[in-house]
Amino acid sequence: MIKSILLHGAVIALLIVLEPVLSEYHHGNLARILVLATYAVGYNILFGYTGLLSLGHAMFFAAGMYGCALMVRLAEWSVGPAFLFGVVCALVAGLVVGMLALRTIGVGFMIVTLMFAEAAHLTIAYYNEYTRGDEGFTIPQAVRTVAGLDLSDTTTRYFAALVLFSVCLIGSAALVQSRAGRVLVAIRENEDRVRMLGFNPFRYKLLALVLSAVMAGAAGAAYAVLFGYAGSTFASVQYSIFPLLWVLLGGPGTTLGPLLGTVLMFYLVDYASGTVMPGLAAFVEGSFGIEAPGLASAYLLLVGIALVLLVLFAPRGVLGVVRARVMPWLP
Amino acid sequence: MAADEITRGTNRRTLLKGAAAIGAVAAGSQLLPGAARFAQAQSSAPIKVGFQVHRTGIGAAYGRWYDRTTKAAAKLINENGGINGRPVEIIAEDDGTDPKRGAEVIEKFANKHECDVAFGTLFSHVVIGSAPRAGELKLPYFVVSEGHHVASGMLNRYTLQPGITDVKSQVQSMAPWVADNLGKKVTMIYPDFAFGHDHRDYFSEAIERQGGNVIAKIAVPPRETSFFKYLPKIPKDTEVLYHVMVGPGVLTFVKEMGEYFGDDRPEIFGFIDSLEAVDIASPGLEFLEGSHFWEGYPRYAGPNQSEHDKFYRAAVGVDDNGASLSDPKDISTYAHMFGCWETLHILKAGMEAADYKGPKDRQALIEAVENMDVFPESQAHPQGSKLFNGRTHQAFAHQHISKVEGGKLVPVHKTSIFDTYYEDEVDYTKMSF
Repeated sequence: MIKSILLHGAVIALLIVLEPVLSEYHHGNLARILVLATYAVGYNILFGYTGLLSLGHAMFFAAGMYGCALMVRLAEWSVGPAFLFGVVCALVAGLVVGMLALRTIGVGFMIVTLMFAEAAHLTIAYYNEYTRGDEGFTIPQAVRTVAGLDLSDTTTRYFAALVLFSVCLIGSAALVQSRAGRVLVAIRENEDRVRMLGFNPFRYKLLALVLSAVMAGAAGAAYAVLFGYAGSTFASVQYSIFPLLWVLLGGPGTTLGPLLGTVLMFYLVDYASGTVMPGLAAFVEGSFGIEAPGLASAYLLLVGIALVLLVLFAPRGVLGVVRARVMPWLP
Repeated sequence: MAADEITRGTNRRTLLKGAAAIGAVAAGSQLLPGAARFAQAQSSAPIKVGFQVHRTGIGAAYGRWYDRTTKAAAKLINENGGINGRPVEIIAEDDGTDPKRGAEVIEKFANKHECDVAFGTLFSHVVIGSAPRAGELKLPYFVVSEGHHVASGMLNRYTLQPGITDVKSQVQSMAPWVADNLGKKVTMIYPDFAFGHDHRDYFSEAIERQGGNVIAKIAVPPRETSFFKYLPKIPKDTEVLYHVMVGPGVLTFVKEMGEYFGDDRPEIFGFIDSLEAVDIASPGLEFLEGSHFWEGYPRYAGPNQSEHDKFYRAAVGVDDNGASLSDPKDISTYAHMFGCWETLHILKAGMEAADYKGPKDRQALIEAVENMDVFPESQAHPQGSKLFNGRTHQAFAHQHISKVEGGKLVPVHKTSIFDTYYEDEVDYTKMSF
């Protein structure tokens, strides 16, 4: 436990220390990464610790984002209450979806969560008059303030993202090392045995899903107010796959895996999006006879390849391997 | 002709003055002794233009041609002496047609590549997702989106759209010709999201001003794969069917329309957005023969092709059918991609007017562009003359209507610029930097 506290404290301290020394570019990136990693931390509770693979988590991210952004835009709420409302929206969505989707298991759970997310995505598009659908809408810089702090200011934004991430990280670490957390892991390993031991797996799975949804929603609301935009793209299936990818890369079932995975994938995408790889297009053309000049710098292709390779060859992720070989105490 | 007289006014009389100015400036430009007339540059460092390109995602077909057009424009500008004697360097980043990545790319342009400006975005959601960051980073952001989001006032002073008209202009300018030539009872079938809703709202208003009306509005949910169940909703007395379906379902939509109507069909009018990068003569599209399309810029070079169009096609690598010179099956996005060419030339003109030397002159660049009023038809503006409204950061231009004849698009009408104009909805010049 002490090692765990020291480790998480050190990571948060490192993130604080980095703030003044990072270049403007990496400073901005890290603020964004912390928001996205918050989303991944939430996803990890459900997937990494409880063993439930959701393909619809974007709906919770979007519930937080729209719950917050619509209150700012339509009801002219200030950012603080709007953020909390976004989190409540995600909580309610998690509760409702959980009550229904958790009646299924395995592939059924994946499909049901995917369908719920599709319904949410289409609902946002349908109510275009309010949501501006696929185009989305901006949140003016002037209203993005909390307690007199300008959230569009780079330093304020960084620390706002860091506070959110830290709260969720510490909450996640506390949960997985608690009695309830151990039950979640037990459900992942053998749900029938957990039931035989007298626990109610449904209640614990619902708890995991709701906590996961709340963190996803908090990340979505934070994205809206920190970066000034809300759009239905964030409710699309792509944004349900991203946290899966980040968690898989960093290490499912490790508290720090989501942060590491988000950092690694962010910079892989960042590298690939501006890097022309003519060799890749030439390889495809030479091997398959298909002309594909678009492959020359297609970052989404790399994301897809990374996902396939991770599932096939490194399902434990980076920190999963570290825990297995070097640090067995890693939470 | 003072610039303010055109850009600050919104009435028809002022526009007439603007049109006259186009002629005067065009005539004047013929007297200039060539394009390479730059002063000795104080710095030979390149002007860095961050190009937000849709290489992947739903906008990839557009992105491929936006990329080619941008490279061709930059090559031409550099051959003619660059901008203020400095070469233009295009720094391209794939945004995945995704608003989150788009915003990240803007940050990368500003903070890593240290670009002077960002440029080139097409899809509206990427523009709207990116513009707040461009504004916060004080990075001039020249979009080629055709979305109404710029002129609607949703964005900020750093975001401009000087090289292409927006969808509101395009749609409303179609109404007079449609009412006069195809019919006044219109049924609209459109995708049930923002793009379709814009068409629904703008065209409904515009056709009513022409004495017509939309008798049915049929919204099709996104990702629909079959359209048979929607077609019976089209009223029997429909004179014109207005369609703006987009995405992979377009071919199915056209095929099912053909099976549903047979030979007894209303007039059909659509937007070429549905079929950009698609060969009109493709199997399955035969039903479109005789129908009409909006085109921002005619894909097929007709007998009245201008010398500027001829030059532009050759420079970008497009043949007379709108396909790649190296691959006739590779159809361009001709109705839109000219916006990249023209916007880069406007950027050049703006930087030269502002005597742009570096990022500290970004405000001066914005103000220089805001003070522009007319872009006469020229090598830099092959699509045609344009008026630019500095208050709304939006350009207005001629639009085209073409008829499908023999599997080709044959231009039948060119709107006036007046048909595209509407009242100001914002005055960005009153916003602070």
